[in-house]
Amino acid sequence: MDASIFSILALDGLTNGAVYALLALSIVLVFTVTRVIYIPQGEYVAFGALTLALLQAGKVPGTAWFLLILAGLVALIEFVHGLRQHHGARRLLTDALRTLAWPVVASLLAIWAAPRGYPMLVQALLTLALVTPFGSLIYRIAFESLADASVLVLLIISVGVHFALVGLGLFFFGAEGFRNPSFWDVRFNAGALSLSGQAILIFAVTFALIVALALFFERTLRGKALRATAINRLGARLMGISSTGAGRLSFTLAAFFGALAGLLIGPTTTIFYDSGFLIGLKGFVAAVFAGLSSFPLALAGSLGVGLLESFGSFWASSFKEVIVFGAILPVLLWRSLRDPHDEEH
Amino acid sequence: MTPLRRFAFRFAFPLFALVMLVFPALPVPDFWITQSNYIGLYTLVSMGLVLLTGVAGLTSFGQAAFVGVGAYTAAYMATTLGISPWLTLWVGILLAVLSALVVGAITLRMSGHYLPLATIAWGLALNYTMANMDWLGKYDGLLGIPTIHFFGKDLGTGRGLHVLIWLIALAAALACSHLLDSRPGRAIRSLKSGTTMAEAMGISTLRYKMVVFVLAAVLAAISGWLFAHFQGSVNPTPFSISKGIEYLFMTVLGGVGQVWGAFLGAAVTRITEDQLQVLLPRLIGTSGNFETIVFGIVLVVVLKYAPDGLWTFVGRWFPAPQRVRDWEGAAPLALRSKPQRGELLLSVDKVRKQFGGLLAVNDVSFEVRGGDIVGLIGPNGAGKSTTFNLITGVLPLTAGQVTFRGEAVGPLSSRQIARRGISRTFQHVKMIPEMTVLENVALGGYQRSRSGSLRAMLRLDRAEERSLFAEAERQLARIGMAAQMHELAGNLALGPQRLMEIARALATDPALLLLDEPAAGLRHKEKQALAGVLRQLKAEGMSILLVEHDMDFVMGLTDRIVVMEFGVRLMEGTPAEVQASPAVRAAYLGTEH
Repeated sequence: MDASIFSILALDGLTNGAVYALLALSIVLVFTVTRVIYIPQGEYVAFGALTLALLQAGKVPGTAWFLLILAGLVALIEFVHGLRQHHGARRLLTDALRTLAWPVVASLLAIWAAPRGYPMLVQALLTLALVTPFGSLIYRIAFESLADASVLVLLIISVGVHFALVGLGLFFFGAEGFRNPSFWDVRFNAGALSLSGQAILIFAVTFALIVALALFFERTLRGKALRATAINRLGARLMGISSTGAGRLSFTLAAFFGALAGLLIGPTTTIFYDSGFLIGLKGFVAAVFAGLSSFPLALAGSLGVGLLESFGSFWASSFKEVIVFGAILPVLLWRSLRDPHDEEH
Repeated sequence: MTPLRRFAFRFAFPLFALVMLVFPALPVPDFWITQSNYIGLYTLVSMGLVLLTGVAGLTSFGQAAFVGVGAYTAAYMATTLGISPWLTLWVGILLAVLSALVVGAITLRMSGHYLPLATIAWGLALNYTMANMDWLGKYDGLLGIPTIHFFGKDLGTGRGLHVLIWLIALAAALACSHLLDSRPGRAIRSLKSGTTMAEAMGISTLRYKMVVFVLAAVLAAISGWLFAHFQGSVNPTPFSISKGIEYLFMTVLGGVGQVWGAFLGAAVTRITEDQLQVLLPRLIGTSGNFETIVFGIVLVVVLKYAPDGLWTFVGRWFPAPQRVRDWEGAAPLALRSKPQRGELLLSVDKVRKQFGGLLAVNDVSFEVRGGDIVGLIGPNGAGKSTTFNLITGVLPLTAGQVTFRGEAVGPLSSRQIARRGISRTFQHVKMIPEMTVLENVALGGYQRSRSGSLRAMLRLDRAEERSLFAEAERQLARIGMAAQMHELAGNLALGPQRLMEIARALATDPALLLLDEPAAGLRHKEKQALAGVLRQLKAEGMSILLVEHDMDFVMGLTDRIVVMEFGVRLMEGTPAEVQASPAVRAAYLGTEH
């Protein structure tokens, strides 16, 4: 291996690592706030990439219909629940409106805009608007009523959600894979190193999001409320912070980050309806490196996973997944030696 | 219990076993036999998950990978090396045990959710390895695996193999039920409710987590061995991570805490999966694994609305009968040498505990002598419970020394300290609510007995079990609870639960008994009963250290009292001296200005 191959591999690894970082940060965020080990995080990646691909092809993406159905279901469940609680007609109506407004508007917009071939940036924004509401809806339908269950039960539920979402992904997107066009088709050459516009975009977006997330946690009341919930749910609740609200917000952020990761990774690889699982699990390896609790370590872990993957594929291409997922074992060993008394939650 | 139910319970297993074993002899279609074979194979894997997830509170998504280890071992050794299946079985089991030990050793020290994550990674890594190894046939796998022969008779892949599969599945179910009703089984059942109590009873929780994980892996590997010879070929697909998730699904569906639920879950899953694979593509119009949608949704719904799975509806017919009292005249368990009255038993010397900047216990010293009841009192936040946890090894000392019967126990773990004869109860009762009072108390006898998991599965542990139950009943009688021994511990009121904890501590045959706020939350009558029990124990020569809030309770009972305030020892003396002390009064009631 010479310097040029090394630099190409390193750059490639860091680019992918930056995308994994978005997923790892979401996983850490969701786990600290809700104690849900959110296995389906990767599904948003597939949803994001495939929605954009179908919009590009001028077709109505399956996400639009899926979102409508899911929102309708959540609204229905909440309506029935509201009736049982003897809520007034006015409250029932506003609740339903609040649940349905965004999904319906986003879906209708997508259905209307799909055949019109708008510029890619508009379609990307539409994709984000379509995929982001999934977070809160899935949280409400699967996790909210079980918020106090054990980590183990929540984990099994999250696996159930993953199963359902992959199957539904196949139903709504079909078995065909797509590769999106690049957002920014330029190349910068510096000696042997060739930097694509897409890579720059990935770094810029990831960096901007991490800064935004840091500001959100440090400077805003809702960010602080999330942090408080992460540290102590009961204490936060006693201070008037709604833990369901915090859960919904964290799931929404996770969906947004996942969809964004899908948009960013879409031009670099072909995405199928079930590709998200493996991509999400790479985010998990990084999140485990961070003990599912530290954002900076999750970032470092993601870049490490990206590098391991790119160098692994250079040395033993067919075993790159074995190397990446096998790497979780030494990481866990390191964690267990570092922090052996991390028992009982 | 009605006679019908008693009959159902008594003969359910033999009848079920008989039906399944003669099933292939009946004129049923071959398709049914194939389905039944699959159900048997799935049951084996699911049963491991019942022990792991339902009983021990751990889980694994990588069971399919262990199935793969068993299957690929059988396939490779039979096709390439031509070795008899009866040998490859053991090699497959050995490999599964080794890989489970590695994964377990790395993750089981940490909190429970790292194991499932590690098993996902290990399952994926192993699956990709299988799919990329030339000598394992890559994605095509290995073909032409011979059938199993039993004393020259070819078992084939249908009716003959059915007998073998179901013999193994039924035997495994019996072994697992036996295991759960035994000394190691009670230790396994204690894992779910945290490690503190089990460790305080002298149980190595890490060891039993490992035992369960390895056992689940072995069951999966046996299923894989059968699978390879049943299919005649192996490829990576049936051992993928989604199959691993499906195994967990069928376990949850059947009833995650029930060995017999594994049969139910496997059967329902196999039959509906088969129907859905035909029905859904026809409904949707294209082919694909759409049944995962249904499985995923069912999994969420089951956990929400019927967390005990389908077995809830079947198990109603088979309520567990009361344990037969067969331990009359059982050999008594060994006793340890007891301290003499007045002998120095426990010496706490300038112990200190610092949590970051907070000095919770600051150079506290006191002694407990044989036959004494010593009270440790003080206002809220005085550091009593922390001192208690320092003595029992739940928390490590920052500085100072604890000596028990001449041995420094400061650096020891709570399990090692328990083995040296200090037994304790907990401020918040820690018990296993779904076990009977008798079984909970028998947990205390753990360190006085030795039977391991294998002996338990083969039921070679019955003599020792009788001794354990005899001891548990004796301790319950000692505190006046023998009449309630068959009740579920979770059904007791708080008072009896606290007494049960004392009986459990007594069953460890302690030289020193540590009671952490035993009277907290008790009603007046219950407090009087408790005081009576403690007086009786004192009369029998027991040494007791008592952390307590209730002044009346402590004053009437103790020989000496240590008063703590703000982490330091305020004074030590007889109850009368403490009562007369203005400093103690000031600590509790404040001073006049």
